[in-house]
Amino acid sequence: MSDAASSKRIIPDRLGSRTSRLLASWEVLLFGVAVLIFVFNSLASPYFLNAWNLSDATFNFTEKAMIAFAMALLVIAGEIDLSVAAIIALASTAMGAAAQAGIGTPSLVAIGIGTGLVCGAFNGLLVAGLKLPSIVVTIGTMSLFRGISYIVLGDQAYGKYPASFAYFGQGYVAWVFSFEFVLFIALAAAFGILLHATNFGRQVYVIGNNEFAARFSGIPVERVKFVLFLLTGLMAGVASVCLTSRLGSTRPSIAQGWELEVVTMVVLGGVSILGGAGTIAGVVIAAFVMGLVTFGLGLLNVPGIVMSIFVGLLLIVTIAIPIIARRIKEMS
Amino acid sequence: MNRLLKNREILLTVIIAIMIAGFSTRAQGFAAPGNLANIFNDTSILIILALGQMTVILTKSIDLSVAANLAFTGMAVAMTNAAYPGLPLALLIVMAIGIGAFLGAINGYLVWALRIPPIVVTLGTLTIYRGMAFVLSGGGWVNAHQMGATFLNVPRLPVLGLPILSWIALLIVLGAWFVLTRLPFGRAAYASGGNPTAAVYAGIDIGWTKFIAFVVSGALAGLSGYLWVSRYAVAYVDIAAGFELDTVAACVIGGISIAGGIGSVAGAVLGALFLGVIKNALPVIGISPFAQMAISGIVIVLAVVFNARAERKAGRIILRDRGAKEVSA
Repeated sequence: MSDAASSKRIIPDRLGSRTSRLLASWEVLLFGVAVLIFVFNSLASPYFLNAWNLSDATFNFTEKAMIAFAMALLVIAGEIDLSVAAIIALASTAMGAAAQAGIGTPSLVAIGIGTGLVCGAFNGLLVAGLKLPSIVVTIGTMSLFRGISYIVLGDQAYGKYPASFAYFGQGYVAWVFSFEFVLFIALAAAFGILLHATNFGRQVYVIGNNEFAARFSGIPVERVKFVLFLLTGLMAGVASVCLTSRLGSTRPSIAQGWELEVVTMVVLGGVSILGGAGTIAGVVIAAFVMGLVTFGLGLLNVPGIVMSIFVGLLLIVTIAIPIIARRIKEMS
Repeated sequence: MNRLLKNREILLTVIIAIMIAGFSTRAQGFAAPGNLANIFNDTSILIILALGQMTVILTKSIDLSVAANLAFTGMAVAMTNAAYPGLPLALLIVMAIGIGAFLGAINGYLVWALRIPPIVVTLGTLTIYRGMAFVLSGGGWVNAHQMGATFLNVPRLPVLGLPILSWIALLIVLGAWFVLTRLPFGRAAYASGGNPTAAVYAGIDIGWTKFIAFVVSGALAGLSGYLWVSRYAVAYVDIAAGFELDTVAACVIGGISIAGGIGSVAGAVLGALFLGVIKNALPVIGISPFAQMAISGIVIVLAVVFNARAERKAGRIILRDRGAKEVSA
């Protein structure tokens, strides 16, 4: 973020091949970790290796991963959105209110996704339009969005969702493959193409690496950032539809603290929190790693709040390792 | 620049005065000295934490782990008091400050030695510290009857018309003013946030300055841990959940630039008081307490917009932006 050492950070950017090799090895390393956790879990618990159990385990990460894809793009572009969990709460509250009024499933989905888009546009306007720092803006909108849910719901909850609405969170496309899991795979492919195979994706990387150079190269920096916030809001809306449908109820505290897990997933996936580097493949593997860890710990009866210690450690350790490794390399 | 800052503080004071006057038309006695003293006392912990947060923000960092630090330290102190009622209070307070400073030092070390961005470090330690509070207590509560009378009563004792809690806050305000404006560390904190490159050339150790800022923030969070537990007479894992955002909000409202290097102690205190007045006024004027979160959100967003405009008017934003970009590129 600052410091004299940052001048060193510029060097690997010039040596593109070395950076890409380093990144490639990160994803391979992470994949190795995923395999290890998988093997360890299947040895530690006899209930782990079961198609239906594993299918259930995917629910631990699919919704968060959907947001993580969009968040990855945002972080690569050098911004961050801490309001995603609050957007889920607000979108869920909007859907809940509509459901109480007897509105049908297709409109409910539209309302959920629409709320996400409006919230994303609001963040985008503040950050890209008024050029405000995204960390503080989204801390503010995080209280604002969830605060609106609290005003609407207070200590109440919405419950009566139409039966057909349950499909998005509880339905299965084929055999053990849930609708959410299939959607997760489809979105991973879509975001992978968007980031790695389109002009827009290139622009995201350029902005993250050097915003000034991006501006001088004729990249509409503000427009790209706005679209990224819009995309993040959209994915939070989609995740809200899935989560609300899976839980079948809405409380204002829904998805509390998810912003942290989403950021952890993105960073664990090898996306540089300083912007400019990262891949969707890494985020996908990170999603599996986090899902497997929490599922495995759950099978071993570890309480949720203790799991969060592991998530926090995972976040710090995975960022620290490459930094320490780079330093050792520099010394030799 | 100086005039601008003065304006901001005067403006904030005027806004707070207008708010108090407005609320007192709806509720008799809201502006009575006794009630205002109550509001100040109620806001004391926020003021203390906001000053720690401000020190960190000045160095271009952020500390999101203060509330978790508070919860862990509060739990540790309360459990110690429940288990060993004989220990003198002074020792427990030293213990609270020590544990808090140690947790802050962990943040500071990760930022300083490993150069991990502060937001990532403290997002991580936020969950870790709160998780540790759970591990420590096993999810249990420490209730009022388990705590000693001295432990509970000292912050409430009135001295010269104000409870000791208020006096502690006032002392820390004075201390923060002295440290940030009269000591080398204060200059170093402003310099390393305002222009890191220039600070390095001026011979300031930015990493060390950040480390100390995190230790200060942690120590104040630890002290607040004791004050919180004693004030509310209960310790459990979720105390002060989300309070870190209030501390950031107080700073942003008080005109402390999140980009570092700009802000004053008076601003942070007024920012905290602004939130305190709103929080205390809502039930009085009959607005649901559930609205408080949304109101803080709106206030933060408005304050950020306002700060950015004020900084831009001063004609500094371009220079500072460029400096920040060069350094972070």
